[in-house]
Parts: sequence; structure tokens; C-alpha cells
Amino acid sequence: MAKALKEKVLSLKMLSHSVFRMSIESEYISSTALPGQFVNIKCGDGINNILRRPISICGVDRQKGTFDIAFQVRGKGTRLLSEYSGEDLIDLTGPLGNSFSLPHTLIPQKHSKVAAVGGGIGIFPLLFLLKEMNNAEKHAYLGFRDCRSMVMVEDFREVTDKLLISTDDGSAGYKGAVTDLFEQHIKTWDKPDIIYACGPVPMLRKIVSIAQAHDIMCQVSMEQRMGCGIGACLVCVCATRQDDGWKYSRVCKDGPVFWGQDVIFEE
Amino acid sequence: MAQVSLATNIAGIKLKNPVIAASGTFGFGREFAEFIDLNKLGGISVKGLKLRPTRGNKPPRIAETPAGILNSVGLQNPGIEAFIKDELPFLRQYDTAIIANIAGDTVEEYCEMARMLDDTEIDAIELNVSCPNVKSGGAAFGSSPGAVSEITSRVKACCSHPLIVKLTPNVTDIAEIAMAAEASGADAISLINTVLGMAIDIHKRKPVLGNIVGGLSGPAIKPVAVRMVYEVSKSVRIPVIGMGGIFSGEDAVEFMLAGASAVMVGTANLVNPFACLEVIKGIEEYMEMYNYRHVNEIIGKLDTA
Ligand SMILES: Cc1cc2nc3c(=O)[nH]c(=O)nc-3n(C[C@H](O)[C@H](O)[C@H](O)COP(=O)(O)OP(=O)(O)OC[C@H]3O[C@@H](n4cnc5c(N)ncnc54)[C@H](O)[C@@H]3O)c2cc1C
Ligand SMILES: Cc1cc2nc3c(=O)[nH]c(=O)nc-3n(C[C@H](O)[C@H](O)[C@H](O)COP(=O)(O)O)c2cc1C
Ligand code: FES
Repeated sequence: MAKALKEKVLSLKMLSHSVFRMSIESEYISSTALPGQFVNIKCGDGINNILRRPISICGVDRQKGTFDIAFQVRGKGTRLLSEYSGEDLIDLTGPLGNSFSLPHTLIPQKHSKVAAVGGGIGIFPLLFLLKEMNNAEKHAYLGFRDCRSMVMVEDFREVTDKLLISTDDGSAGYKGAVTDLFEQHIKTWDKPDIIYACGPVPMLRKIVSIAQAHDIMCQVSMEQRMGCGIGACLVCVCATRQDDGWKYSRVCKDGPVFWGQDVIFEE
Repeated sequence: MAQVSLATNIAGIKLKNPVIAASGTFGFGREFAEFIDLNKLGGISVKGLKLRPTRGNKPPRIAETPAGILNSVGLQNPGIEAFIKDELPFLRQYDTAIIANIAGDTVEEYCEMARMLDDTEIDAIELNVSCPNVKSGGAAFGSSPGAVSEITSRVKACCSHPLIVKLTPNVTDIAEIAMAAEASGADAISLINTVLGMAIDIHKRKPVLGNIVGGLSGPAIKPVAVRMVYEVSKSVRIPVIGMGGIFSGEDAVEFMLAGASAVMVGTANLVNPFACLEVIKGIEEYMEMYNYRHVNEIIGKLDTA
């Protein structure tokens, strides 16, 4: 169940020219959050900058009662968020949304192979997911714009068996799209049992088509502009399949995680 | 200190306090029930209902603008039957006024919905007349006194529940429309719905909203709403429910001084799940500060001398 909370910011670290990682004290979030869930943060005064900003939970420390978020400064909300400092109180609702299905719930009998594919800010929820998985062989594919934008690589290395990186300009790792890197790889390496993906829509669309072509289970985490974040206002929808037709599902409540084959990606 | 009384009665709708959650911002109450005790609300106006399930507009459906938001949900809703069967029993567990907000493409659709609601346990119907009138070229019903008159009298004839007509601000003379509703049998007026607006992403050179245009709400529209509530209150004798950018008790009092007998809180719920409760508390504090005993004592008490 989600709660409205005012929690203490413990630290804010700059990871790259535009990405920050914030640790927040919260017994409640750290003890209840599941991978894939997010918090909706009031970044400004809530009057002049009305809307909260949805940010994924990228890790929890249940012992210490803290959780982490990582965010890229894009516009005024995330800029305000980057101006918080230790001891400030942060107003947030959470944990919100559904969560990724962990491998043991999908394939109980097996030590499964999973692939996590993330692009840009889509990598953050995958860190929490990979950390929460035991008893699985974990490969991660992370796509960045360039080597300057690479963040949290060491954190990912710690929680994966294999880590592959791509950059658009080739300044680190594979040169090109993370989807191409992934596709080449699963042709040589034996294919994963499950794919988890988060990133921009064109990337997700491609991942879902790769998953379908290779008959692999696939979950994607979607982004949409949000209002309430709790499922009441119906502004955050994406199109999903239903029986013979389709409907609009709420990314904040029915998602953000959907089965790849259920999402209808816009052209 | 003497207890202040917030209980009020508008057009036969009993309210334990004058604060109602505005349509479209509160769903059918379920999500908010996780955060607050719905019994504490004066009422809930449910998400706008149509005769049939409606998917709504293509996303994105929301944009943030200075002190406001634009939305273009487009009345996504499960349809009136599903509301009566699946949502109303849930809402009826709570001791709060339940207002069914309805919208149609034709006058007949409004009437059919009103008939379906007639023997249900709702407390009132709120007619959303901001929708395009499909049969007469798509202009909103609410933009002409004649159309508002017709729809009000026809719906009134189909249904015994108190009838609230919710006005759109996108008109030249709102008082004229309010008078047309009153003359045709409306039991109360609520206003304002959202103000038509638009936002553009200059980097993509595209509209932010999938629907191109949307409705502006929040603090940005409050002065417009207060002015319209003031004008309408002076022109009709039926009670007026005011809304538009109410985020605090002070905001609510402003509407009440301008003539509103009750208020609705919309956009504020999106930011703060406790918004309605905070507005109730703020009204109480104002009354205590000025020694008002009963909330009705502040209604229309604006001094324009
Ligand atoms: C479920 C979910 C999880 C997310 N997790 C993260 C994360 O872990 N780290 C991170 O950096 N970003 C994340 N995002 C994206 C993040 O919410 C946006 O980058 C942020 O809202 C931009 O706000 P702004 O004020 O900086 O930008 P502005 O452009 O000023 O924002 C204007 C409005 O558009 C909305 N908006 C703009 N871009 C997006 C977007 N991509 N998705 C949703 N709303 C948007 C804003 O919330 C705001 O309402 C997530 C989004 C969703 C939906
Ligand atoms: C997301 C959203 C959805 C809305 N949906 C409806 C609706 O279905 N029916 C309706 O009559 N008004 C609807 N409204 C209008 C509100 O009920 C209210 O009239 C308006 O937003 C002004 O009040 P506010 O500034 O407090 O939000 C909606 C508003 C918002 C923000
Ligand atoms: S943001 Fe309100 S329903 Fe999703």
C-alpha cells in the first residue's frame, strides 16, 4: 500500500554531468518496495510547479531503512530535485505501481537465465531488480549516449554475471544501439529465459520484437506523463491489448511493468 | 471555544461539510481510500460517466503549465452500467454524498443515463455540459443558453435526484447560461469546468498533449473561477458550488464569500491526497478566527462597498 511521506534526504551525489543519486531515509519504503516500483516526488512548491515527478526506486537497504533513487536533470522538476541537500525533508508518495515478476515466480523449477536491457534513465529500476534476484544467471545490457553519460556501471557489475555496454558514439563499449548489441549477443550466447527492459519507447518496441522472434518471456517498464500517480486521474495511460481489442491502461497503477506482448507501441 | 458547524444542505443534498472532491480527479474514490477516510468528505463527484465505456484520448494527456495543468483525458470511463454495478456499492459504504457526473453526446444519452440512475442510491446528478453536442455540429452544450435549457429540462423530467448543472467557463456570458439552467429546473449550479488551453513543446515543435488542446485547471484559473462564481451567484437564486484552483481553506473561503454554498477540490487531489481534508480544516480555522458558528454565515458575505 502506498503512503504519503515526508522523509529525510541523507545524501545527494553527482554521478555525471546530469545524473544524481539520492539516498533517502524511509523505514516504510525500504521495507515494502518491490523492484519496478517508483515514488512520486513533490519537487517544487506544489503550486507554481504543480505536479509530482515519478522516479524509480533503484535500490533499498532494509537494514539501514533507506532507499536510493537516481535521476537525470531534464527540466525544472528534476533541477529542483538536484538542489536538495542532506537533512532536507522530501515529500513523496510511494511505493507506487506494480513490480517486475522475479524469475523464481515465473520459472520455479529452474536456475534461469535473465537479461536486463536498459537505455538511458531506464537503467535505474533494473539495478534494484538485479539485486533482488537470487539463483539466476544475470546478464545486463546498458545503453548510454557516450562515455561521459555512463553511470552506475560498478553497481551493475556487482549484481550481474555479465555486463555489456553500448554507447551511441562508440566512446565506450559497443558502438550503436543497445538493442543491436543485445540481438547480436543472444544469437551467439544461448538465449535467456526472461528479458526485462526499461528505456525509451523505440528501444522497448525493438526489444519486444526480439523477444517475440526468439520466443522469450519479456517484461517492459513504461514511462508516461503522470498526475496523481495512484490510479485516480487516468492521465498516464498506454495502449494495451485486451481480448480481441485494446484499452488504455494506467502506467502508474496497472504498470509501470507490462508484459511486452500486451503493449501496443505507437508508431 | 464553541464548536463550529460545517454541515450544510444544498438543494436537498445533505453535506457534512461543504467540501466535495471534483469529478475526474478522484476516480471512484478507491485509490484515495488508501490515504484518507472518505467519511470525512462532504461529498464525491465521481469520474465523468458516459452511456458506454469510453477509452478517452490518446496520450500524453497532461502537461504542466505555470501554476496549472492541462489535461485531455477525454472522459475515459467504464460506462454507466459498470459504475452502478461495480463502483457505487463501494462508494455507498461511506457516509458521504455521492454525485454522479454524467456526460453525453446527445440529449437522449443524458436522459437515458439519468433514468438509469433514478432508482440508485446516489445523492445527486451533476450534468457535465462541456461536451460537444454531436447532433448540432459539435459545439459544447454548455456554450448556448438554449442547449443548456433543453438538456436541463429534459434530464430533470427523467430523474428525481437533485440536479446540478456544471458550467463551462468557455463562454462569453456565464450568468446568462446559469439563468437558463435555473429557469429549466436545475437545483444547483457548479462551476467552473476547465478552461480550454494548449501547450507546445518548442524543441519538438509539437503540441504537448496527444489531443493538441486540453483543459486548464489549478491555481492559474482561480481568479477566473472566483469572478464567475461571483457573477453567477448574483444572477441565480439556486445554490452555487464553486471550484477552480482550490488548494487551501483560504481559497475555499474566497469562493464562499463570492457566493458559493459549497466547493469542489480538483487538481489539488493530484498533488496532495489529503487536499480535501486540509481544505475542510482551513475553512474551520477561518471560522474560528472570525467567530463564525455556522458555515452558512460566510456564504456571499463579500463586502463590495
Ligand atoms: C514510472 C516512471 C519511472 C521513472 N523513473 C525515473 C528514474 O528512475 N530516473 C529518472 O531520471 N527519470 C525517471 N523517470 C522520468 C522522469 O519522471 C522525468 O524525467 C521527469 O518527470 C522530468 O521532469 P522535469 O521536471 O525534469 O522535466 P519537464 O520536462 O520540465 O517536465 C514537465 C512535465 O512532463 C513530465 N515528464 C517529462 N518527461 C517525462 C518522462 N520521461 N516520463 C514521465 N513524465 C515526464 C514531468 O513529470 C512533468 O510533469 C521515470 C518516469 C516514470 C513514468
Ligand atoms: C484530470 C482531470 C479530469 C477531469 N475530468 C472531469 C470529468 O470527467 N468531468 C467533469 O465534469 N470535470 C472534470 N474535470 C474538471 C474538474 O472537475 C474541475 O471542474 C476543474 O479541474 C477545475 O477545478 P480545479 O482547478 O480544482 O481542478 C477534470 C479535471 C482534471 C484535472
Ligand atoms: S497518474 Fe493519475 S491515474 Fe496514473
